[in-house]
Amino acid sequence: MKPIFMTYTRGDLINLAILLIVGVVVIPMTVSSGYWYTSILIPWLCLALATIGQQIIMGYTGQLALGAAGFMAAGAFACFNLILRVPGIPFVGALLISGLIAAAFGILFGLPSLRVRGIYLMVATLASQFFIIWMIDKFGWFKNYDSSGIITAQDIVIMGKPFTSPVEMYLVIVAVVTPMTLIAMNMARGSTGRNWMSVRDMDIAAESMGVSLLKTKLQAFAISSFYCGVAGALFAFTYLKSLEPVAFDIKLSFKVLFMVILGGLGTINGAFIGAAFILLFPVLLNYIGNNVFHGAIDATIISAIEQVVFGVLMIIFMIYEPLGMAKLWETIKIKIAGLFSKNK
Amino acid sequence: MTERNFPIGGPVLEVKNISLSFGGVKAITDTSFNVLEHEIRAIIGPNGAGKSSMLNCINGIYKPQVGSVTYKGEEIQKVTPNIMAQKGISRTFQNLALFKRMSVLDNILVGRKLHTTSNFMEVALQLPKAKREEKVNRDRCEEIVEFLEIEDIKNTPVGKLPYGLQKKVELGRALATDANLILLDEPMAGMNVEEKREMCRFILKVNDEIGTTMVLIEHDMGVVMDISDRVVVLDYGKVIGDGTPDEVRSNQRVIDAYLGVEH
Repeated sequence: MKPIFMTYTRGDLINLAILLIVGVVVIPMTVSSGYWYTSILIPWLCLALATIGQQIIMGYTGQLALGAAGFMAAGAFACFNLILRVPGIPFVGALLISGLIAAAFGILFGLPSLRVRGIYLMVATLASQFFIIWMIDKFGWFKNYDSSGIITAQDIVIMGKPFTSPVEMYLVIVAVVTPMTLIAMNMARGSTGRNWMSVRDMDIAAESMGVSLLKTKLQAFAISSFYCGVAGALFAFTYLKSLEPVAFDIKLSFKVLFMVILGGLGTINGAFIGAAFILLFPVLLNYIGNNVFHGAIDATIISAIEQVVFGVLMIIFMIYEPLGMAKLWETIKIKIAGLFSKNK
Repeated sequence: MTERNFPIGGPVLEVKNISLSFGGVKAITDTSFNVLEHEIRAIIGPNGAGKSSMLNCINGIYKPQVGSVTYKGEEIQKVTPNIMAQKGISRTFQNLALFKRMSVLDNILVGRKLHTTSNFMEVALQLPKAKREEKVNRDRCEEIVEFLEIEDIKNTPVGKLPYGLQKKVELGRALATDANLILLDEPMAGMNVEEKREMCRFILKVNDEIGTTMVLIEHDMGVVMDISDRVVVLDYGKVIGDGTPDEVRSNQRVIDAYLGVEH
């Protein structure tokens, strides 16, 4: 399995080509209902991007950080203010700078990781969640002194062309998420990822091999928050279409955390699988409630069932498959391949 | 003895008057010894004699209250694991400190960290420099894998390997740093006779083919006497013997420490 382009093997490239054809050609041509884009595909890709960010810090570097939504909020409001205040700034430029601003916050709130670890670090990083939201709420400047509390996000305009319909926004997201995913894979498979994982698995040995804990941890925090920041900006501009600090509350941080755990710690594709599962599962439950039981089950019960199932799944995965659904997927693939080779 | 590829040279590492205590417990008291270039130097002693603490002082994991470490004629002011790694001192750990969820090859590749200069942007975008470095590092690690005869397990996560093999991977990781001096903390602890013999073979092979200076801690007297050039014996944190295996074997204080003595 030698890589033929960047760090990708032939199999990777074939998968990528198939996914791109499906994502860019097949879906826009066949799916016409706006519901699929606005309620499923767009939030899925945005949250998957944030999950990659959380994955980098938690799954790869082993730092139990809980504040993804805070960095997403930083990215979202940074993007809003950049477009508002910098005339003629291109959308992609604003998106990248938003990511960098979130990364700066990431470095700041990553500092406790140099001293504390595990559950204590989790508590320390919660500060980012509350501080960033508080800051946005406290200083009117961030919200352009809007009194209603809900600000409408600007239209996405790239090279003079507005991207406002669900399909167009979906394509913008694909154009951002695809390269960022590939870049994350390059890092994870290269020396950068090995440094992260060495810190995760045995920090004292990593140090004896010349890996600087300070640099590696802060770098991981910065990159992780960069991903969260870009994801937050996209989330606000395409899914929420508004900017409200409450949308980035602690619940969203937990959601991203669950996506990492269910998807599989330390896997990039797990980010997509985990995000899909957590987003689609409630949709599926609702569908079953409406179409199988014809509304006989109360909506509140359905949402309660959802919580219970998530909780149970989290426990099951933590105990039996810490590598999550990504690992299950690998196992299934190997089993299927085994079936075919036996038939030959 | 046959002619060595790398004849023993002058002192490369000097440990002077090191004292280390944890609260009121004295782990090491006023200990000095040196290590010559290209030699295999053993530190032996009964349990709790301060052998591992000694290694941790050289490597910078512990900070001795008194004393100095001189490497290649330069007294090292601030001894930290990272700085010592940069100076060319690598190590293995007593209770294995491998990256359990990473593959054997990835573990060894981490050892190449100090030979990797491309930053994360270059890696992320796979710029030519990062690709070139990765290739060089991978080739070097494949060589080490071959050298240690562990080709068949190179893609296995280390946590799934038996103890003996993990010890070998740890040696491989230390070798990947291209260090001039490797500290081995009980490289043969918990091994059976067969595995011990194999590990000895590798230690001698590394010393002979690459010329790496080795400092090793060992419990098994037999093994130590067979492979090391000089032995320093610690007991209760003090040097009680220092010399060639034969000199140490006939040293009365060493015999007393090992066999016990009537008071």
